[in-house]
Amino acid sequence: MNKSEFLLSLTDKLDPLPQHEIEKTRGFYAEMIDDRIEDGMSETEAVTAIGDIDTIVQDTLLEQPLPALMKAKIQPKSNLKIWEIVLIVLGFPVWFPLLAAFFVVILSVYLSVWAVIISLYATVAAFVLSGLAGMFSIFFAPSFVYGLFVLGLSLACLGIGVLSFFGVTKLSHWLILLTRKFLRFVKSLFIKKEVL
Amino acid sequence: MKGGIYLDIQLKRGLLEICVLTVLNRGDSYGYQIIKDVNPYIEISESTLYPILKRLETNQYLLVHAVEHNGRLRKYYKITATGRHRIIEFIDNWKEVMSVYNFINEEMRNHSDEQI
Repeated sequence: MNKSEFLLSLTDKLDPLPQHEIEKTRGFYAEMIDDRIEDGMSETEAVTAIGDIDTIVQDTLLEQPLPALMKAKIQPKSNLKIWEIVLIVLGFPVWFPLLAAFFVVILSVYLSVWAVIISLYATVAAFVLSGLAGMFSIFFAPSFVYGLFVLGLSLACLGIGVLSFFGVTKLSHWLILLTRKFLRFVKSLFIKKEVL
Repeated sequence: MKGGIYLDIQLKRGLLEICVLTVLNRGDSYGYQIIKDVNPYIEISESTLYPILKRLETNQYLLVHAVEHNGRLRKYYKITATGRHRIIEFIDNWKEVMSVYNFINEEMRNHSDEQI
């Protein structure tokens, strides 16, 4: 494969992307091939050294934000046939709720993960605040024993609050990593068919 | 183990980002030169470098400018102050990782000595 064949095939396979993204990617790989040729390689060697075109396309598409990928996938091509347009219009009651449900599922996964994180921090805050409030309340204790008991409870609450803060921070970190992994999975649903 | 592979990919990607920034810390450079400079330390291909450069640019760790070279335009990448700060941050974070590595390494060595 020579340089122009490579770039043509790359442009073709990156078709779902916006034009400026295709141009940028094409420019990058054209420069890479030119630099390799300048370094003493033949054109074919330079193209081979760049690597597998499908891997390049997959890596490039995976880096795109999800809305861009979806827009590209859903955007109808300008040369739609009449029966395709009719099918899209007639199929609206089917595909629209499915699309909406898809978005709602993604959103609900995100919301539930963040709800867990927020509730964990709320628990930590509740422990710390009740500890502090308990310490303040010992000034109004009716007896010494009662005050001592409340002080002990307050210190325990504070201790649990401070310790669980570190655990919750670590757990939140893992949950955020999980959402990233989920987003990558959702993105891959829009890519595989383009590449394979 | 899919999870393990995923973590390895994430780790490698993070390391590559810092390697690219470190190479740029020497001075402005272009794509092919970056690959040649990074490759002796960690394997990197064009398809890996391109998304990394894009991400670093989005995060304002580097700036891009085109320079004319042999009748064509070549993109040069320049590290920013934020990019340098990122390297320093990485070194600080990895001090902890290295101490864990040393602990594991030493423990494993002692343990294998005992077994012998």
